[in-house]
Amino acid sequence: MNKKQKKMLARILAAALLMGALLLIPEGAVDRIPLFLLWLIPYGIIGWDILLKAGKGILNRQVFDENFLMAVATLGALAIGLLKTGDYVEAVAVMLFYQIGELFQSYAVGKSRRNISALMDIRPDFARVETPEGTEEKDPEEVPAGSIIQVRPGEKVPIDGIVEEGTSALNTAALTGESVPRDVKEGDEVISGCVNMSGLLRIRTTREFGESTVSRILELVENASSLKSRSENFISRFAKYYTPAVVLGAAALAVLPPLVRTLFMGLAPEWEDWIYRALTFLVISCPCALVISIPLTFFAGIGGAGKAGILVKGSVWLEELSRTGTVVFDKTGTLTVGEFEVAGVHHSPLAEEDLLEYAALAEYSSSHPIAASIRRACTRPLDPKRISHVEEISGNGVVVRIDGKEVAAGSARLMSRLGIPCSECHTAGTVVHMAIDGSYAGHILIADRIKPGAKEAVAALKASGVRETVMLTGDRDAVARQVAEQLDLDQVYGDLLPEDKVSLLEELMKSRHPKEVLAFVGDGINDAPVLTRADLGIAMGAMGSDAAIEAADVVLMDDNPMKIAKAIRISRKCMAIVRENIAFALGVKAVCLVLGAVGIANMWLAVFADVGVMVLAVLNAIRALFAGRD
Amino acid sequence: MKKTYKIEVDCANCANKMEDAARKVPGVRSATVNFMALKMIVEFEDGADIPAVMKEVAARCKKVESDCEIYL
Repeated sequence: MNKKQKKMLARILAAALLMGALLLIPEGAVDRIPLFLLWLIPYGIIGWDILLKAGKGILNRQVFDENFLMAVATLGALAIGLLKTGDYVEAVAVMLFYQIGELFQSYAVGKSRRNISALMDIRPDFARVETPEGTEEKDPEEVPAGSIIQVRPGEKVPIDGIVEEGTSALNTAALTGESVPRDVKEGDEVISGCVNMSGLLRIRTTREFGESTVSRILELVENASSLKSRSENFISRFAKYYTPAVVLGAAALAVLPPLVRTLFMGLAPEWEDWIYRALTFLVISCPCALVISIPLTFFAGIGGAGKAGILVKGSVWLEELSRTGTVVFDKTGTLTVGEFEVAGVHHSPLAEEDLLEYAALAEYSSSHPIAASIRRACTRPLDPKRISHVEEISGNGVVVRIDGKEVAAGSARLMSRLGIPCSECHTAGTVVHMAIDGSYAGHILIADRIKPGAKEAVAALKASGVRETVMLTGDRDAVARQVAEQLDLDQVYGDLLPEDKVSLLEELMKSRHPKEVLAFVGDGINDAPVLTRADLGIAMGAMGSDAAIEAADVVLMDDNPMKIAKAIRISRKCMAIVRENIAFALGVKAVCLVLGAVGIANMWLAVFADVGVMVLAVLNAIRALFAGRD
Repeated sequence: MKKTYKIEVDCANCANKMEDAARKVPGVRSATVNFMALKMIVEFEDGADIPAVMKEVAARCKKVESDCEIYL
């Protein structure tokens, strides 16, 4: 509890004790006026700030708020007590419980804020920079790129860099929500914000602190746009009209029935009875449960998602996420790893290893990712001295002499150019045909790998209520179809240029259900325009590209496709809580208002309808914080 | 010109009220209150007198929510 809350607690206890003491005074022991003055003491202790705020509100022309309702209701109850009943307990109790509710609310908010910010506490305090004399602890902002820093076990990696020396396991939980540690060794890239768990690491920084992952994420969290969700806008519009409306209603309830009774029915007006009912009506109708719990639910939901490594850039996106009906994926980097690797060697008279060795030597000097994948697949050491007469045939392949043999490696076009018949490959992927001394020697199939967990992720999306899954890719249609089949996707479009993706997405958005949302998931490479254009853009791998983080509405901290379904589940749970709170608060209030108007409900019930409902709604809202836990 | 200020506010709705109030101050292009981080991010119009604008922002926020605090 902070100072403000402790002060409030002291006021609540003092007022409650005084109230108890005053209740012990036997009836008739104290005169009317002194008794009234005595009761004003606990009332003043507990309610002075509400009265002050209500007064300020009137001066600032912000009349109709909770403070005004409370002030009018309690002052009215005091007046009735003084003039008629001599009972002041209710007035003080209403104020007391209202303040208890407020205190509870502020405590709950503080608690959940600490809960969230502890996990977002990734800002490093210092960087240990190596100097000729040893090491020096510096402000991370003052460390230029290319410096050597040391990170000891238990410390945070302060700046992005590459491991120069040492091996260790890194805990990335604060960044990605994943608890599995990542092993790093010499030459590996490390991102700031991870915690070094085992060994000493010497890291050469590759960026300045300002461009490091930690800074970018902190900036993202702090600058999350404040676009309000429809539910929040609804509540604030609602409160704007609702509060004046109930004040008018209460006024009517206080004045009209007594007038009707005296003027038309010839009965006693019973003024104090009707005024009491009107005051009860006011207390019941206080909208704080809604006004407080709805924004709190979104706050907690965004926090809970953050803990799971999902950054939502504003409550409106949490709401949109919950309505996702179609998910469109980019293939490379989203559903597949985005790295090529040799998937097989077909139709070769040679041993697989021999053919791979020839291919690797032929592609020895090429920087193409396909060439690199062949070299990775070859386990034997490569000796460039065996190669002579390299002839690159642009776009088709290469013809070289290896150990005196003429080796050709390339596309089917290269083979037909050389007049060598080759066999087509029936599996999807990129194919490198090989010929040795003019005769066909088989082909090597190279394919992108599907991410582990991608299939489960698509299934989880379906399970969470997504009706349609679509994949777009610039890759060959055959490759696209095969991936789509393996993953059970509903639709697939291949051979797309980046600009085709935008127009295709627009087509898909036209045909989706009007109440649903189309989400596009990409890694930000080549697809930033699509991320912006979609109803909801989800970027994978915040560690990756700035463009994606900028363009997207939801950012997944790592590139695990399972997180998409998780994000949708969290959002659905939040929206369910929002709906529960709206229905519950309005329902209880409606019932109590009717009871109050016909005179069955008293102030005590009114206090429950106000404070009780608020406390329950706040507790329910806090549940959103744990929506990310499975 | 964008600046970030630390704030103190108790409820999410009060934060929304502060944000609305701050946006209406002349010289403020946009204002965002981040309730989670307890920060107010204000983007100023070009050539705005920042200390004067912020004084007005603080005053207007106090009006709509007397329990709030902006640390200038």
